[in-house]
Amino acid sequence: MTTRDRIKSYFTLPELTYRVWKVWRRNFDVFMKTYKVNFFPPMLEPIFYLLGFGLGLGAYISGNIPGGSLIKFIAPGLVSMSIMYSSFFECTYGSFVRMYYQKTFDAIIATPISMEEVIAGELLWGATRSLISSSIVLCVVAAFGLISSPLTLLIPLVAFCGGLMFSGIAMCFTSLAPNIDFFNYPAFLFITPMLLLGGTFFPLPQAAQLPATIFLPLTNIVLLNRGLMFGNLQISLLTNVAWIISVTLFFFVLSINAMKKKLIK
Amino acid sequence: MSSANFIEAQGLTKKYDDFVAVDNIDFQVYKGECCGFLGPNGAGKTTTIKMIHCVLPPASGNLTVAGMNVTEKAREIKKMIGVAPQEDNLDPDFSVITNLSVYARYFDIPKEMSLKRAAELLRFAQLEEKRDVVINQLSTGMKRRLILARALINEPQILLLDEPTTGLDPQARHLIWDKIRTLKKQGVTIILTTHYMDEAAVLCDRLLIMDAGKIIEEGTPAELVRKHVGEEVLEVDFEEDTMNVLKQKFPNARLEVVSDRIHLFTNEPHGAFESYVRDFPRKGAIVRTANLEDVFLKLTGRKLRE
Repeated sequence: MTTRDRIKSYFTLPELTYRVWKVWRRNFDVFMKTYKVNFFPPMLEPIFYLLGFGLGLGAYISGNIPGGSLIKFIAPGLVSMSIMYSSFFECTYGSFVRMYYQKTFDAIIATPISMEEVIAGELLWGATRSLISSSIVLCVVAAFGLISSPLTLLIPLVAFCGGLMFSGIAMCFTSLAPNIDFFNYPAFLFITPMLLLGGTFFPLPQAAQLPATIFLPLTNIVLLNRGLMFGNLQISLLTNVAWIISVTLFFFVLSINAMKKKLIK
Repeated sequence: MSSANFIEAQGLTKKYDDFVAVDNIDFQVYKGECCGFLGPNGAGKTTTIKMIHCVLPPASGNLTVAGMNVTEKAREIKKMIGVAPQEDNLDPDFSVITNLSVYARYFDIPKEMSLKRAAELLRFAQLEEKRDVVINQLSTGMKRRLILARALINEPQILLLDEPTTGLDPQARHLIWDKIRTLKKQGVTIILTTHYMDEAAVLCDRLLIMDAGKIIEEGTPAELVRKHVGEEVLEVDFEEDTMNVLKQKFPNARLEVVSDRIHLFTNEPHGAFESYVRDFPRKGAIVRTANLEDVFLKLTGRKLRE
């Protein structure tokens, strides 16, 4: 196989059928079995952030911050954080446990469902987790009275698509992971820095804006969510939308092929 | 569908980088038979099984199931096959009954029918009382039975059993054997791998012995025993003069020393060794019927495979 063929083989479009949803449904059924554990922590976490950063730290901040106050500024950031966290951890640790420890994938591919469909189902499930968690955060933020625009209702759409993007990125790491501890690398060196430096908790300085939008998935989601929540739509947000959609498609296809290569030798 | 060649392989090969797991093998499995794949660890049994149920693509060669090529008709083939893998891959997140109903959903079996079948299968596998128990509370034997039940949820025409009784106590093994015999009577074609020669002898109509990726012998259990190790085996404690006496007295018999025992195999009819044992009682001398384990060790050697 030439290098070109090899690269091409990572980008062949997977053949997917409705069976993808059966894999999704399996994960959904497990989720609903333990719904209490799955609903309460995501609800409490943003409250601590709002209290600690928003009210606590925010009291010392008097600069000119978009939204008027720090608590208002970080609200869309927290929604974006939950989008990133839930899908990323679902498709790294969660998928790895199902693949490696529980052999769930092996069990499923002995039925008419293909490996591509299993991975696609996992990715869609990761996106669903983002949708669920971020909706919970959105409710908390609304309860704090931090939402000023009805455009906020579009955020779940961003959550699903952004969740799918992070699922795909996560699944690529899973395809590379020799063991579960490997995920410390992307978690500490990719996810955490992106959260802290990507415009979630403070406005990015002018010079950092362009590189951040080009390289950081979270920044694109934060900008979009902030625009929607503040009702402040700028034409530049279209580039964020386009960026998210293209990167989502890219990693959706890449991660399915990478996982197939890892699991079917 | 003719009864012959329900599953057929020609020149079937599977390679991993430089390692050849299955090396250019030809075989047939007939409809309704129980066909056993025997061989030491790493012989290529599981790889062959995985190619039959379309989860591993062959590197080369031709493999058809019910006339359909595994590389072209994977979904159709998987619909008609039930698989009980070697490893426990039951879903630990679900109860016994949910394991069956979720698995049925993968096969597009409607909800009502899946619950009906699941109930029947729990009765078949004697797991009715464990219906709502989570998987990690089951014993190894119960898990194996549930795996077997799960493999039957789609009413398969072909059942692949990869070491179905490894690690089970004798009671649990016999229960599984019973179930396999019942399924055979119902006309299910069964492919079985095992390390237990008694299991192979009891369950299988025909055996394929694999070693280092090749099929080195095939036949019915009785044929293989007769052909390779004859009728009877004389076992006696090793001593130099015993060896010499035996060599003189039975010049045509095959003699093998295993640790501190002499094994003597003969093709002559039953009773050949009897007079010898009676006339010259030696330490620890016994005469027993030759069995499949003798065949297996003769063909694949006594060297440990890991």
